[in-house]
Amino acid sequence: MNITRLFTTHRKPLSVGFFILLIAFVLTFPLYGGIYPTSVLTTMLMYAILAVSWTMFSGATGYMSLAPAAFLGTGIYVMALLQNYLPFPVIMVIAGLISFALALLLGLVTLRLKGIYFTIFTFGLVVFIGNVVNYVEAKVIERHGWVFNAMDETTLLYIMFGLAVVTVLAAYFIGRSRLGLAMRSIGGNEEAAEHMGIDTTRIKVLTFAMSAVFMGAAGVVVAPSLSYSNPGIAFSVVYSFVPIVAAVFGGMGNLQGPIVGGLLFGYLEKTLRATWLNYYNLGFGIIMVVVILFLPSGIVGLVPMLRDKLGGMIAKLRKGGEAEQHGNT
Amino acid sequence: MRSCGKEAKRSNMGILEGQGVSKFFGGLAAIANVDFHVDQGEIVGLIGPNGAGKTTLFNLISGTFPLSSGEIGFKGRRLNGLKPHQICRMGIARTFQETKVFGNMPVIQNVLVGAFFGMPTHVSGAAATREATQALEFVGLSAMGAAPINDLTLANQKRVEVARALATKPELLLLDELMAGLNAAEVSEAMELVTKIRDKGITIVMVEHVMKAIMGISSRVMVLHHGEKIAEGTCNEISCNRTVIDIYLGEETHAGS
Repeated sequence: MNITRLFTTHRKPLSVGFFILLIAFVLTFPLYGGIYPTSVLTTMLMYAILAVSWTMFSGATGYMSLAPAAFLGTGIYVMALLQNYLPFPVIMVIAGLISFALALLLGLVTLRLKGIYFTIFTFGLVVFIGNVVNYVEAKVIERHGWVFNAMDETTLLYIMFGLAVVTVLAAYFIGRSRLGLAMRSIGGNEEAAEHMGIDTTRIKVLTFAMSAVFMGAAGVVVAPSLSYSNPGIAFSVVYSFVPIVAAVFGGMGNLQGPIVGGLLFGYLEKTLRATWLNYYNLGFGIIMVVVILFLPSGIVGLVPMLRDKLGGMIAKLRKGGEAEQHGNT
Repeated sequence: MRSCGKEAKRSNMGILEGQGVSKFFGGLAAIANVDFHVDQGEIVGLIGPNGAGKTTLFNLISGTFPLSSGEIGFKGRRLNGLKPHQICRMGIARTFQETKVFGNMPVIQNVLVGAFFGMPTHVSGAAATREATQALEFVGLSAMGAAPINDLTLANQKRVEVARALATKPELLLLDELMAGLNAAEVSEAMELVTKIRDKGITIVMVEHVMKAIMGISSRVMVLHHGEKIAEGTCNEISCNRTVIDIYLGEETHAGS
């Protein structure tokens, strides 16, 4: 029994085991982790949610959206405006719905654009919304930022984790559904997809909006741990770039990729950026270039790659051995 | 100068009709005032020099872009203004000159896309899988269902495109240079496949440069040049047509050679 065989034959139980361990780890973490590490874990989960929901749409269709920050920021603002009036779960649902509606609107305008034009437009949008909110706050209502009511970190962690589970399940089932097939065919060849009976505009707008729901809801959950927010914080482009880098780094071909990437970059973001800002950004860029050049299927793609390489080597050794035996007889 | 006696057999119902079909790109007429008709159960060959407007005509029929003027009708319904996915669901499927497969999926999923989305009604997962499997079997690729599409040869990728189109259950199939880039053996296999599709009751219009294929299997040929229809008729009529020989076929080429 060698390790490569174990990976190929027991793939499913292994990944199920991985998820069970992850769930157990997150649920028990507040017991021994401490308050600050718990909030770090919450942030990591938020990036995993952003990376998974981003991959749900962009990974499948090939339309690289830079809009996550717009939807996350929307969530943060919905929380800021409603925190004193409505129960938390209701605010999450409202933020999800508003993000959905916003994405629907944006999708109708922008999803006729292809390739880099779509990407640039979504990026401009994040900046635009941030500036509009900034203008309204400064000139119209003359208010400088928002303070959030403190909430228990353990509760926030559990809510974020619940949202992460829902996001991953949604991404999984959408990916397997006919909607997922339609999205992938758009990513494969949009013109051919249209000619196979797929209403590509409708599918793109709808799935873009669906992915925004989770981003908006995540904004609500992350808001209390920010303590204070303004347009620069809520609509920070970091929220757009990090999930994409995380997804590309982790690998977009499956769900584990963006989860692993999101958790990892969430951790780096929260721990390294504060103390090593310049080096962090430099490292961020270098890692990206290396991954894109050498690991097109991401860090998760390393596993089957190594497995194939190892398996090949083992097979070669065995063959060599057999050949030798044959030679001797 | 139109070719001799094209009215020979028009007893069948016309499935596709075009009247005064034109398409301008800027000031250039890619297709100028072309009339055409295709009867149920025919194989119609569409030939002409490069840039004659053959693929443009396919793009107009399948709705890739709108007509500048004129009208196209399919089974008595106007196609003008419809989107490609609507036209596909009405029963017109196509393949592409440059293969446009879904490179991010295995072979069977490529075909499944057609089976799932190409019908006007909702198709169940089981029915779609059955349809896709049958279509793949029909083109002779059932052994390759799980393979990544990019691992297939050009000839086989083109077959997958045919299977994908067939999975939408079309009544009319537009084949855009199915034989281009194939070797002699692959060409005869492809010809056999086209005939087999026609025998299923599917009407075919094919753009082709391989004269052996056109002359071998089409019941009628239409010749385009500079966006205009310069001749139409049976294979014999076309291969003897003076204008067509001068413009396209050349002196040495005759039917079947």
